[in-house]
Amino acid sequence: MPLEVQFEKRLATYNLNVEFSCGADPLAVLGPSGAGKSMTLRCIAGLERPDRGRIALDGRALFDSSKNINLSSRERRVGLLFQHYALFPHLTVAENISFGLDNLPAAGRDARVKQQIAQAHLAGFEHRSPRELSGGEQQRVALARALAIEPEALLLDEPLSALDTHLRSQIERQLIDTLANFRRPALFVTHNMEEAYRIAINLLVLARGRVAAHGPKEEIFRHPPSLEVAQLTGLKNFSRAKQISADAVEALDWNCTLRTHEPIQCPPKYLGIRAHYVNFLEAASCVSSSANVFPCWLVRFSETPFRITLYLRLHNPPDGAGEHHLQAELFKEKWLRMREHPQPWHVQLSPESLMIFPE
Amino acid sequence: MPLDLSPIWISLETSVTATAITLVCGVAVAIWRANRRGLGPALLDSVFLLPLVLPPTVVGFLLLLLFGRNGPLGRLLLHFGATVVFSWPATVIASAVVSFPLMYLSVRAALEQVDAHLLQAARTLGASEWRVFRRIALPLAWPGILAGTILAFARALGEFGATLMLAGSIPGRTQTIPIAIYFAVESNDLHQAVAWSLIDIFISLAMIAGMYYWTHLQNPARPRWTGESGR
Repeated sequence: MPLEVQFEKRLATYNLNVEFSCGADPLAVLGPSGAGKSMTLRCIAGLERPDRGRIALDGRALFDSSKNINLSSRERRVGLLFQHYALFPHLTVAENISFGLDNLPAAGRDARVKQQIAQAHLAGFEHRSPRELSGGEQQRVALARALAIEPEALLLDEPLSALDTHLRSQIERQLIDTLANFRRPALFVTHNMEEAYRIAINLLVLARGRVAAHGPKEEIFRHPPSLEVAQLTGLKNFSRAKQISADAVEALDWNCTLRTHEPIQCPPKYLGIRAHYVNFLEAASCVSSSANVFPCWLVRFSETPFRITLYLRLHNPPDGAGEHHLQAELFKEKWLRMREHPQPWHVQLSPESLMIFPE
Repeated sequence: MPLDLSPIWISLETSVTATAITLVCGVAVAIWRANRRGLGPALLDSVFLLPLVLPPTVVGFLLLLLFGRNGPLGRLLLHFGATVVFSWPATVIASAVVSFPLMYLSVRAALEQVDAHLLQAARTLGASEWRVFRRIALPLAWPGILAGTILAFARALGEFGATLMLAGSIPGRTQTIPIAIYFAVESNDLHQAVAWSLIDIFISLAMIAGMYYWTHLQNPARPRWTGESGR
């Protein structure tokens, strides 16, 4: 594994204690604000010093507390893209990109800058000042500047968060291409789980300074190892759980008993279901023959242009307190059909979609 | 009696030399101070800033004790056959010590307001600390350093109390314009006092005009040194 990271660092409010590795596939570092994501990148880049541990890149120790190794940032050859890009405001685009190349002869330097300018689609911007560029252009300059030194690893600290939404998808596309061509360890910090899923192959979930999950993204989204990880990967519906039998649990917060798909291995503490797996049964015939079907009433809803989120109450009509049990996400077409039917509707929490979390 | 113009040259030479010394020392100390926390550096800070709050006569008196025949530095210099007190170098020392805090404070503030992310970015790009300073910190802090230089120069030009204590008033050697004015008034020579005052006002106005030209008229279109970091 080219990038191996294992360190501890005491911070003001918690201890950062992480261990993971990253090969040639991009790794997204996902977590809420203050989980230690940026600090982890800064430790790898040599801008912060961990208390203990070892950070190695292709077998070369960047930091090793047991051997008293702590290479400076300039010796690490690790590219870091700052959240706000940190472009040098008094230098032009070309001067920014060539800043790290002063060890090359002039001709080689110019060639490298030209190559980066072309790859980042920045032709014509060479002599502009960074403040004359849009956010997306600034981001491309910062990325080109980091890549120009041909780093052995690339660290991106929320590279898209400072961009307008309409720019984001295009810049994101370019970023995915850039990372695909990089073929060396690349870490990508974000708090947006969809962005993490689209850009990276593997996922590292950090929570309060610990690694909460680490592995292929599909696996973590499908089988989150804990409720915390499930929530960080977008789980909206969860309830405290109590085991009733080998394949049935009671959802304490939802006042109902649910069948599970497989026999329960260890005592469950929580259960959950993703909002888009909450299923509505339209045909009355299905209601009696399916498992985990309950009557529900609409408490409120919130719309986006093509989708809708319904906030539902199970078992009895809302009593005015506005308490909902479940969120369901569906396409507008289905919603338009459904609202023709009188309430209660019938919602199914199918056994295959249930997630059980032991603690 | 024709006016002896030597105080002009003595004042200018003294101020320029003292400003050059405080610039180098101010930048060096500000850099040294930038990455240090704790009580020691903070205490040292108050020593650096003392000349700003002490009356110049007290500064001059302390310098006299230090550089006098029985002072530690004075005795050391005597070994090499040099005496500082009542010589031209004494005017430079007095001016430099008194104007140093203004330079130091300005340079430190200017270096501190450079976005730390820019320095870190430069380091991750493989730049040495010297290169980071020369290519990033110094150009971005330049407006503040320039302001400090102008303040220090103005203070050095106006220096009176400490200079009189340490360097005395020897016409043609240590008599600067402020000292010439004082002794002209003292000896009831109002014409000379007015003449020196007008010359001093003229030098000051020229300085302000030059400053204005340099900071505003050189780059009329670009607000080049606003210290923003391209966010």
